[in-house]
Amino acid sequence: MEREKILEVKDLHVSFDTYAGEVKAVRGVSFYLNKAEAIAIVGESGCGKSVTAQSIMKLIPMPPGRIKSGNIIFNGVDITKFSDKKMEAIRGSEMGMIFQDPMTSLNPTMVVGKQIAEGLIKHQHLSKKEAMTRAVEMLKLVGIPNPDKRAGQYPHEFSGGMRQRAMIAIALACNPKLLIADEPTTALDVTIQAQILDLMKELKSKLDTSIILITHDLGVVADMAERIIVMYAGKVVESGSVEDIFYDPQHPYTWGLLKSVPRLDAENKEQLVPITGTPPDLFAPPKGCAFAARCKYSMEICYEEQPCDMEYNKDHFAACWLGHPDAPKVERPIKGRGVK
Amino acid sequence: MVRYIGKRFVISLITIWILATLTFFLIRLLPGDPFTSEKITPEIKANMMKYYGLDKPLPVQYATYMGNLLKGDMGYSLRYKNREVNNIIADAFPASADLGLRSLVFSVILGLILGIVAALNHNKFWDYACMVIAVIGVSVPSFVVGSLIQYLFGIKWKLLPVAQWKSFAHTIMPTFALGLGTLALIARLMRTSMLEVVGQDYIKTAKAKGLSPAQVTIKHQIRNAILPVVTVLGPLVASLLTGTFVIEQIFAIPGLGRHYVVSIQNLDYTMVMGLTIFFGAFLVLMNFLVDIAYGLVDPRIRVGK
Repeated sequence: MEREKILEVKDLHVSFDTYAGEVKAVRGVSFYLNKAEAIAIVGESGCGKSVTAQSIMKLIPMPPGRIKSGNIIFNGVDITKFSDKKMEAIRGSEMGMIFQDPMTSLNPTMVVGKQIAEGLIKHQHLSKKEAMTRAVEMLKLVGIPNPDKRAGQYPHEFSGGMRQRAMIAIALACNPKLLIADEPTTALDVTIQAQILDLMKELKSKLDTSIILITHDLGVVADMAERIIVMYAGKVVESGSVEDIFYDPQHPYTWGLLKSVPRLDAENKEQLVPITGTPPDLFAPPKGCAFAARCKYSMEICYEEQPCDMEYNKDHFAACWLGHPDAPKVERPIKGRGVK
Repeated sequence: MVRYIGKRFVISLITIWILATLTFFLIRLLPGDPFTSEKITPEIKANMMKYYGLDKPLPVQYATYMGNLLKGDMGYSLRYKNREVNNIIADAFPASADLGLRSLVFSVILGLILGIVAALNHNKFWDYACMVIAVIGVSVPSFVVGSLIQYLFGIKWKLLPVAQWKSFAHTIMPTFALGLGTLALIARLMRTSMLEVVGQDYIKTAKAKGLSPAQVTIKHQIRNAILPVVTVLGPLVASLLTGTFVIEQIFAIPGLGRHYVVSIQNLDYTMVMGLTIFFGAFLVLMNFLVDIAYGLVDPRIRVGK
């Protein structure tokens, strides 16, 4: 049965106009998200994953940023051209966002309860008192002990993990259909990371929220997401189910990513391999595949022409010429399906 | 809290004591004595020195002065015959404080507004307009502003009284002249601070909640941006309220400012001491009040309950 789509991004282009020229941060990104599904967008710093996410909520500073072309269809409505006023009504109520650093993403001069209550007052027209009661409930929901007392405290009285829980409470206060988590665990230590991920998973099933998880940590992804979108230099290079990406990756960049992460199931003495080189300059992205210069399998055509999406199964695509029937067969550094 | 105030109080007392001691000895390092400028015979002068206890060795003078100071007695002025220093300060301070308070209200309110307007219109016309005003305010000395507006409004157009301290109309020009520099300072500080805060993550959080730009600015941006302004307010309040020589001179206001300069010119030891201690104590008090106010604005540095 086809699941209902909550979000569809079609050929999104986002650029930033700077003094030095136009930075093409996102260059034609397409993906979709089903209802109550969690997907992950992975990629290294500067690959455009955060810009993509913030464009969905129209949180990128405009100017200098602008959505050049493409469509964002949320809940069946094209919101790409929505006015600021209309976006305000959606932000917080229909989509919520969690940011990377919980130490800086809460207002230091406002009690936590009030920060949760603000959205409720705005979107659900609750009275201050009702909103505060609801804020306490939210704190309880995200697992903060003593929520009554905690709601009246300031962020500096919270630990890092608790602040991220409070951020989640803010983002989910109005029960949004979509939660965008922009590197929600990067600034936390490992044990707290696990707790936050467990909390997000629990809330996802409890509240039926769809989640876009943005991260560069593949370990986080495996635990949380159903599908993975791998981005590189402003483009989607590979997308597929978690199974496909981890056990049958097709794009050399994905291979590189997987090889650079420690694995428990790795054979003894297997070394971590970094991806050498640096990503291309997004002022003037290359004509062909953006990864070609760093790719040890690159062929002539890689520098000449953008590869199109090669389909491996109905959910698994990779934009790499190696997938072309005429391409030479290469020995893959990641063992294929069935080897687990 | 009580402990904190107690601790601060002791530190304040020590500060003022050090200030008084330094001033006591430094002013006596200046060549001459309080009666140099008067045409009197050496006998009379010796008598005067004896009368005021200035013939005794310095340590004795110091001990006597400190003893009296503890009782709240700052002695008689050596210049204004038969007038106590306490008395002179009590006479002149109200006018200075009145003027200072008006300037303070004027400069803080307008300064904040200019800073906020400038920041919200970053790199646009109103930003430049506000900053031009601010740069003028910072760079043009108050005596130039004072004399200029006195000439234009008082003499040429006859809109406002030229000088003196009587009705509300009299207060307008001195308030403006005295407050302009502070206004500019606050405007620049507020603008910088607003622009810094707008880039903070919690502003993005507020936007992600769906708050309108006005709500984000008022509830999240201004409250946080105002912190650095509160910090500088302490010394500003003290210097505004305790009088400024130039403005009081230009507008013939019977305030404390004039006494500062005159007492040093005349080596009026007790006046210099009295004024310095008064100003010092006032400054310490204002800084203390600002610290407490700071805790009200910024919960992170609120002192333990």
